[in-house]
Amino acid sequence: MSKLYIARNPRAAARSLDGEMMIMSSRDSTLFTLNKTATILWQSADGATPLDEIVEKRICAEFEVAPTEALADAHTLARELAGHAILQISETPITTPKPPFGDKR
Amino acid sequence: MAQLTTEIERLSLIIAIGGMPVRVHTSDPDFLNLLQNRYAGFISDADRAEIEFDVELQEPKAVDPDADVEVGYHFGRWWLRRGDFRAEWEPAARRGWIRQTANPYSIDAVLRIVHTLVLAQQGGFLLHSASAIRNGKAFLFAGVSEAGKTTISRLAPLDVTLLTDEISYVRRRGDGYVAFGTPFTGELAKVGENVSAPISALYLLAKGRENRIDSITPGEATRSLLSNMLFFAKDEELVQAIFHAAFEFVSRVPVARLTFVPDARVWGLIG
Repeated sequence: MSKLYIARNPRAAARSLDGEMMIMSSRDSTLFTLNKTATILWQSADGATPLDEIVEKRICAEFEVAPTEALADAHTLARELAGHAILQISETPITTPKPPFGDKR
Repeated sequence: MAQLTTEIERLSLIIAIGGMPVRVHTSDPDFLNLLQNRYAGFISDADRAEIEFDVELQEPKAVDPDADVEVGYHFGRWWLRRGDFRAEWEPAARRGWIRQTANPYSIDAVLRIVHTLVLAQQGGFLLHSASAIRNGKAFLFAGVSEAGKTTISRLAPLDVTLLTDEISYVRRRGDGYVAFGTPFTGELAKVGENVSAPISALYLLAKGRENRIDSITPGEATRSLLSNMLFFAKDEELVQAIFHAAFEFVSRVPVARLTFVPDARVWGLIG
């Protein structure tokens, strides 16, 4: 499995409430409530740390889960969130955010 | 010499919902009369409107009754369209136009959309909910179709002022929120009173075998609120505004689940 880098999309609306992380896609208004592992992924999505490293150091260290299984789940989730423009994913480090879409008020 | 042109008389009225005056211009006296009847109680004699719309009436033609509403923003203008209307609105100029046939439903949809766009910039929103005032406090009753919005409105005792049985108008004011009456009706087909009051609580409706109020988590309250907000535009800034408005509302207004049997005793729990 190739390296994958993930970065929070600054255009996604995100807020934590009583420990629950909720994120709404600015593209299609889909609302996600993240579970604990998904929240860790979101919080760790700095564009510079590879996904396998996040899984190993943040998820496997905290939860009793096999690294291979955890990484596969993380890949699936990252791609799903990327499909809703909540995460940016890339096989190379993500250093600059994408320019805004749509014209501004 | 005989006059070669005929000046078209320009007629207008102001429809003020949620305290926001919108002037509608038309050249058709019958359409003006239709609007006066449709929005009775919400016609204002204000000198100045916040938005002006020119309505161009068109001949009836076949339209897709199931066509979804589409709303977008481009080069300083909002564009709105559905099978039965086209409209544009330029916020900076406070002007717009509506092309539709002579019916009350198209302009009603345009007004709902425009109010959601304006409110979103101010931390407010329209909500799929009934609302009513009791003892100077407003209560909202949210739910999807068949959840009981019309039922609880119909059961309201005489000391309750009904604001709407379908679409509530919520405006941010100071540290709290205010609910306004709207002419947007549901099954009850009764226009709300054009009054307002501070919102005391939002209840998420559920029909059951007893009357009871149950607390819910802030997360559930926020999700339910978001799912009941009227929201038309696929627009990044608007999504952000609506999303954060829901969190702000939940942090300032009590939200609970109201389970009720369909009789008037439920109002013993309200107010």
